[in-house]
Amino acid sequence: MVENIQIFQEYDAILARQRGREMAKQLGFSLVDQTRIAISISELARNILIYAGEGEVEIRMIESSGHKTGLEIRASDKGPGISDLEMALTDGYTSSGGLGMGLPGTKRLMDDFEIRSDVGKGTSITIRKWLSS
Amino acid sequence: MQNQVPILQMGDVLIVTIKPDLTDDEAVKLKDDILHEIKKNNIYGLILDISVVDLIDSYMGRILSEMSDMSRLMGASTVITGMSPYVAISMVEFGLNFRSIQTALTVEKGMEWLNISRTMGVSHG
Ligand SMILES: Nc1ncnc2c1ncn2[C@@H]1O[C@H](COP(=O)(O)OP(=O)(O)O)[C@@H](O)[C@H]1O
Ligand SMILES: [Mg+2]
Repeated sequence: MVENIQIFQEYDAILARQRGREMAKQLGFSLVDQTRIAISISELARNILIYAGEGEVEIRMIESSGHKTGLEIRASDKGPGISDLEMALTDGYTSSGGLGMGLPGTKRLMDDFEIRSDVGKGTSITIRKWLSS
Repeated sequence: MQNQVPILQMGDVLIVTIKPDLTDDEAVKLKDDILHEIKKNNIYGLILDISVVDLIDSYMGRILSEMSDMSRLMGASTVITGMSPYVAISMVEFGLNFRSIQTALTVEKGMEWLNISRTMGVSHG
């Protein structure tokens, strides 16, 4: 189960979070977890639109070595990148007059949060949520 | 996509049903419509019903806060009603709390709150 959504405009960000919610539901995630996942996808996809203009969101089912099932989302773009990751992950920090909640909030909602960014090359953020069985 | 966002008027209260997946354009238009109605019809209270909203991310959170702020500046009180439990849980965990906005379980309860605050002449919060 893999889904690739190209992010060019607002509707794509909405579509991505809807697909994420549907996949999470299919995998048996609770309504609260589905919502945690949908919010996170929404934040990452909107960041792509605001800061990079375009990019993609990939959502896939994964399995851990311990046979746990999870959902992995990778949001990547070839935008300007982030020079100070620590700053970007601070509650309330924004370079665009936003709320500055997207990245730190997403990190709180997910089980795993990995970010790679190269200034001038782009940003790739991978998040995971595991099904607790 | 449905574009009509229903705005109902009951006495001097506006009841707006916020739909899920609101877009930028729809949000701008809705803010505009609400402020016009407040001015035109001498509105005392605004109820933003979010019972069909399935998530509140920083985008939606910001829209709702802005609507409440703008209405307050014009002299109308806002109550947000109908938040689902899973929306509340995920939103607080994410880091939003709407601490400065009045909330109520249902539209009816929101209406009650507005009636009480009108009677008591409570200032807008
Ligand atoms: N994909 C991205 N490309 C470049 N910079 C980004 C990207 N995502 C986030 N950032 C930077 O990280 C900051 C924090 O992001 P976020 O927590 O979502 O808050 P906000 O979007 O409200 O500013 C942004 O203001 C921006 O400077
Ligand atoms: Mg953001």
